[in-house]
Amino acid sequence: MSSPDTLIGSNTAQGPLVEARGLSHVRDGRTVMAIGDWQLQAHAHALLLGPSGSGKTTFINIVTGLLTPSHGTISVAGEVMSALPPAARDGLRRRTIGLVFQTLRLIPALSVTDNLALAQQLALGQVDRAAIAGMIDRVGLSHRAAARPRQLSQGEGQRAAIARALITRPRLVVADEPTSALDDANAARMIDLMFDVADATGATLLVATHDGRIAHRFANRLNLMAPVAA
Amino acid sequence: MIGLSLAYLKDRGLNTALNILLLALSVASLVILLLFSSQLENRFDKDAAGIDMVVGAKGSPLQLILSSVYHVDIPTGNVPLDTVPLLRRQLGVAEAIPLALGDSFRSFRIVGTEPAYPALLGASLADGRMFAAKMEAVIGADVAARTGAKLGQRFVGGHGMSSGDDGPKHEETPFIVVGRLKPTGTVIDRLILTRVESVWGVHGIEAPEEHHADHHGGESEEEHEAHAGAAEVTAVLVRFGSPIAAVRLPGFINRQTNLQAAVPAVEVSRLLALVGVGLDAVRAFAVLLMLTAGLSIFVALLTALKEREGDMAMLRVIGASRAAIIGQVASEGLILASAGATLGLLLGHGVIAIAAANIEQLHALGLNAFAFHPGEALIVAAALGIGLIAALIPALRVLKTDIAETLANAR
Repeated sequence: MSSPDTLIGSNTAQGPLVEARGLSHVRDGRTVMAIGDWQLQAHAHALLLGPSGSGKTTFINIVTGLLTPSHGTISVAGEVMSALPPAARDGLRRRTIGLVFQTLRLIPALSVTDNLALAQQLALGQVDRAAIAGMIDRVGLSHRAAARPRQLSQGEGQRAAIARALITRPRLVVADEPTSALDDANAARMIDLMFDVADATGATLLVATHDGRIAHRFANRLNLMAPVAA
Repeated sequence: MIGLSLAYLKDRGLNTALNILLLALSVASLVILLLFSSQLENRFDKDAAGIDMVVGAKGSPLQLILSSVYHVDIPTGNVPLDTVPLLRRQLGVAEAIPLALGDSFRSFRIVGTEPAYPALLGASLADGRMFAAKMEAVIGADVAARTGAKLGQRFVGGHGMSSGDDGPKHEETPFIVVGRLKPTGTVIDRLILTRVESVWGVHGIEAPEEHHADHHGGESEEEHEAHAGAAEVTAVLVRFGSPIAAVRLPGFINRQTNLQAAVPAVEVSRLLALVGVGLDAVRAFAVLLMLTAGLSIFVALLTALKEREGDMAMLRVIGASRAAIIGQVASEGLILASAGATLGLLLGHGVIAIAAANIEQLHALGLNAFAFHPGEALIVAAALGIGLIAALIPALRVLKTDIAETLANAR
């Protein structure tokens, strides 16, 4: 079972950025994720910690509107994501959320710069080349701006993915296992970078991981236990 | 998203190039066939315009038409000179123009005729004047361009229709250029026109009036005939003045005389039907090639999309709608098809240009690489349609994709 504890970040007048109410998900008769009530306030970066199979990915899919929970609701930026029709979910996700994945990061046919431009174009309907150059510089990839993803090292690729997630200035950045494949030094650098860039752009981090090395960096944690019993 | 499509196509460059080439080859084949057949048909119509019937020696009617109207085959034989006044006397005959063939100069046929012949084909003089006296010649625009012959230039004809410079020459009877025709886009551009009497003169045949004027130096009529040959013409081009003649005369001539009457329109449609079978076979092959190109694009996109399922899920996550993704894949097919169609058009016209410049017979047919046929728009539309369908089938798989599952598998 997941911890029933609720993470409370710093409250804002606008209410929680993410709010789960009675949230759980059942697949093939088995409860694969159960969180219940939970809130994430803006700027209160949170860690979703748990072993494989504990429901972290299911929770991320529900938060990002890719999956409809079987029980309860999830709200993002004041809108009930789970109650919206697919097109409206796409819109809410596009406007509000940036995603960083462990392996699936960038479009291989495009350069780092063009990946960021595409994300901007899709989310905002326009491309700001100066902002892209600034973001690439911030994540330390100016010398690799024209490189294709396959030409990047693992660490560089992950930094590019963070830049891509943040270039649209989302309020919430959801990262799934962003450091699991990195060595200790790179994992620490990655987390530093994520905090740094998120704070600079005003984003709130929700990081799902089973990587205990970064747990101490987050004041707010939600522990999921695996396996979840039916 | 068009930029993304271009990036994907560039990313698998060899595959993209091969698909474009395959489609281009099919488009080019269809364009070549279309241009060739339409220009051939057009040329046949133009060359035969105003000629309702050709009368010549018995033989193949198609051969008679090809030799007398299009000047591409050897004649069936000669007919008596009396045929000309005989035809002119027939009710419903507006014009009867004799043609005397047999010689050429640098592969350009020398045609003994009357000034009515260039007038019938709508030719007019660029400079000089129309032939009047014996051995005076008026040359077509192509003849002037290829031989560089100026007014006053003398030349000697060679025996035979296409002997060029190799056959026996009629050195003692040179022609003189007195006029040059403007280009007409018809067979007359490639002809050298002179009086019928000039052609007789070259072959030692006296015109009937000359024949009666002198006394043959003591020869009997038979001896003179045997020595000099009878005054004949190769064919007579006839223009009807009334539709009744068109119905009555050809049948009458073929049944009741030793002459042969052939109608260009009938023979040309027979010829085109014969050529058409071959063209249809090549056309079917080209269509098959186009379908193969479509299939190749389909397979290429299907394979690419399977590899890109993760990309597409990612695009959906970062804000692309399903419609945008389907549009992106469809645009890949359309870009491939557009490039193939454009290259195919260039290739088709290029091949026609090269062929017309290097193959004498095709040049003679007036094949023009810079002429566009409305049918080419249909070929391009077909290529685009095939590209779009080939792309849409795999693109619609996007609708069935479960993003969460794809992402879970790809993570």
